Amino acid sequence: MPINYVLLVSRQGKTRLAKWFTTLSPKEKSKIVKDVTQLVLARRTKMCNFLEYKDTKVIYRRYASLYFITGVSPEDNELLTLEIIHRYVEVLDRYFGNVSELDLIFNFERAYYILDELLLAGEMQESSKTAPLKAIQDHDAIEMEEANEEKNK
Amino acid sequence: MNINGLFAHSLTDLIRGIRQNKKNEQSYIAKEIADIRLELRRNDPDLKAQAIAKLTYLQMMGYDMSWASFHVVEVMSSPKFLYKGIGYLGAVQSFNQETDVLMLTTNLIKKDLASANASEIGIAINGLSHILTPDLARDLCADLVAMLNHSRPIVRKKVLLVLYKVFLKYPEGLRLSFSRMKDRLEDPDPSVVSAAVNVICELARRNPKNYLSLAPQLFKLLTTSSNNWMLIKIIKLFAALTPYEPRLTKKLLPPITTLIQTTPAMSLLYECIHTVIAGGMLATTGSGSNAESANMLAATCVTKLRTFLEDPDQNLKYIGLLALTKILPSHPHLVAEHKDIILKCIDDPDISIRMRTLDLIVGMANKKNLTEIVKRLISHLLPINENDVTTSSSLNNGAATAALMDPTYRADIIRRIIFICSQNSYANITNFEWYLAVLSDLTNIAGVNVGESLMQQFMDVGVRVKSARSYTVQLMMRLLADKKLTEPTRTEDSNSMVLLAAAWLTGEYCALLENPETALELLAQKSTAKLDPAIQATYLQTMLKIFAYWMNSLQYSWNEEARQSLVEMVDLLRDGIKDMFSRSPDLEVQERASNISVILDIIAEHVPRTPLKIANSISFAPTMPKPPAVLGSLYPLFFNQELNPVAPKAQKKVPVPEGLDLESWIHEPVPEQEPESSDDDDFLNERPSRWGEEAVSGKSKKKGKKGRDQEDTKESAEAKAKRKAERRERQKHDPYYIGGGGDSPKSQKKSQDDLDVDSIPIVQLSMDGFAKPIVATRHPCRVCGRGDA
Repeated sequence: MPINYVLLVSRQGKTRLAKWFTTLSPKEKSKIVKDVTQLVLARRTKMCNFLEYKDTKVIYRRYASLYFITGVSPEDNELLTLEIIHRYVEVLDRYFGNVSELDLIFNFERAYYILDELLLAGEMQESSKTAPLKAIQDHDAIEMEEANEEKNK
Repeated sequence: MNINGLFAHSLTDLIRGIRQNKKNEQSYIAKEIADIRLELRRNDPDLKAQAIAKLTYLQMMGYDMSWASFHVVEVMSSPKFLYKGIGYLGAVQSFNQETDVLMLTTNLIKKDLASANASEIGIAINGLSHILTPDLARDLCADLVAMLNHSRPIVRKKVLLVLYKVFLKYPEGLRLSFSRMKDRLEDPDPSVVSAAVNVICELARRNPKNYLSLAPQLFKLLTTSSNNWMLIKIIKLFAALTPYEPRLTKKLLPPITTLIQTTPAMSLLYECIHTVIAGGMLATTGSGSNAESANMLAATCVTKLRTFLEDPDQNLKYIGLLALTKILPSHPHLVAEHKDIILKCIDDPDISIRMRTLDLIVGMANKKNLTEIVKRLISHLLPINENDVTTSSSLNNGAATAALMDPTYRADIIRRIIFICSQNSYANITNFEWYLAVLSDLTNIAGVNVGESLMQQFMDVGVRVKSARSYTVQLMMRLLADKKLTEPTRTEDSNSMVLLAAAWLTGEYCALLENPETALELLAQKSTAKLDPAIQATYLQTMLKIFAYWMNSLQYSWNEEARQSLVEMVDLLRDGIKDMFSRSPDLEVQERASNISVILDIIAEHVPRTPLKIANSISFAPTMPKPPAVLGSLYPLFFNQELNPVAPKAQKKVPVPEGLDLESWIHEPVPEQEPESSDDDDFLNERPSRWGEEAVSGKSKKKGKKGRDQEDTKESAEAKAKRKAERRERQKHDPYYIGGGGDSPKSQKKSQDDLDVDSIPIVQLSMDGFAKPIVATRHPCRVCGRGDA
């Protein structure tokens, strides 16, 4: 039922973000990343967004030059997962303001934090768009405060 | 280079550097990692945090950072929020269940959980959800449960979700906190409720019975909530619950039906349909009205699914097919109505959709549509013949044909064709000759090695279907003559295994052959020596069979011509066999070849080599001399009785003849054996019987000994006890007996040990010639370390 992993991969095959909700050895992780990336990059635009890899399902969507890939178990609702991906992209968009791949590359910790606000332990934590946004903005406020303190010291 | 840390690369610098150094990325990164190591050794918290951030980025690219785990924990414990976040991120990315520094984190996380700052709590919980171990779970469970009543809903919802992970690792925690979790379902904040529903869903999937009590609450949520996400989860949950609580089905039908008919959200619709099917709500058993409404529901579902299939969006097509596959077992007629659109989906360039359609079609095949389906499937395999030489395939077709040429995909299609045709002992095939033609087409165009399955099919049909035998035999002759099979250029692709079937069938039913001599010539070709040994062996056997039959037929038209052809054939076969097969490395082939050549030698002796003399007799027609007796000699060997296929359960149907009792003993079982010397044979025979008597499981393999067991229970307990005591005595000093079962063999063994140990003489060693005198201890064993050394 829960999501097993979330990967963001560029069109050239570079991993921009990798979040795993299960514990696996690094070798297994890199194998999965390699295989799934290969499978997804080989698909064309008209094809449907669901794949099968070993005994899990892979659901992906392409936004501009980035592929958002998720791995789920076979009983999951695929359309729902697509919605989750879309929700994540929307929040990213709101936060960065017209998000692009470069934003995600240079601010990858923010991307991770936003994902954390949205999904916890592989389950959808928050379905509204504004709540994660607010949480991250709180984060930023605290960081700003701390940075100011440092400067004034 | 970075001694002061003033010039240390920040994260942005690192990223930019990597992007600039695309060519020598590895060396650049190696240098950076070396720098990071230096930075980590310094005590500056800023540097440390920065270094960990860089490491995390590199870890995402695939470089291991487990060596830095201690430093990660240091950064995690930093009071600054920013650094804490970086530390937790690093931990999440790199820690796994075996990282030893995890115990250091327990206290740290406890502190963070108690913090006043909600964001801090947030990242702590988040990090915790990833690095949970059973120890951490146990320690922190109490704290987390207390936090379920936190004032901020953000915290409450996170705690709920992480509790799920906690329960996975530490199941005890669930029992303690279940009631508190249930309370969260009533929480005012919708996100908390949704999180609670999520967790309960997951838990219920593993163990549905425990959560039936929550059903009424969840039902209320189902009918009142408009949050689609939560609705989907609740519906999924009910799908897991309904098998245990049939009354739920009735209650659930109305709201779900309304949802199906009204909701605009595709995902919700799909989930409802999925639940309806998976939850068994479409079962047609039960009262009349229930069955009717269930059927109506099924019909509605299928109509909706059809709209999915018609939608240009590939995704909807995919899940439409998926759902139809699930509904197939219960309502095949409903699905069959939409056969046309399903068949169109087979031609879709998208391979995922094609695989789904294949599944669906395989389930849907019946007598009427079988031919059409198989034709469609074969047309998929055909392009390989046209496109493999031409390079002018358009881009669109390129990928499609690439997929078609994929050997696993082709093998899969062929296997499915065979499957649907052979289902239910060929219930679906009306015209076997058509089926045989299909099989031989497959042999020709397959492009992958499915020879085994094709061979089995040929043999099966050939043996079972009498009416099609003559056609089969003709087909087989054509196969034998097919150069592509006998002299394959690439052995992995060829289906030469079908030649085995071809040879066997021609041999067995050679009466139907028009021209046995051509068959014999084909079988004795030089190229057969290169085939698989199993095929060669069958060839040899077939050669003999056909020869026997043909020879026998010569009897009835014995003349000079016949004699000459006989002589030629015998010579041809003998030479052929001697050359090719007698020296084959495979044992089976060699053996058969030598058998046959001996037989042929005997026959050759009896074959008249001189032209026949036509005796002019008094009667009108010139009589032929009698054919040599040897002609008819081989025939009975093979053709006395026809072999019929026998069903595996046929033996059971044979009635047991009167007066035969299969259960009674054939003779009196031998009484319990006297104690004998522990011969090896006796050891193997006797021991299992004793264990069988003593042990409860009684796993003795020989029937006789089992009988002995049964008899023993009838004997008196006295005699049993006596025998047991005797046995114990024997076993005490038996070196082969390892012990086990019965009363205290352990103490026996121990006493034995003690006995042995004490009886070993202890020698006082005086080491005069050495520096230190070593005192001998009571216990002579130095390995276990007891006593001084």
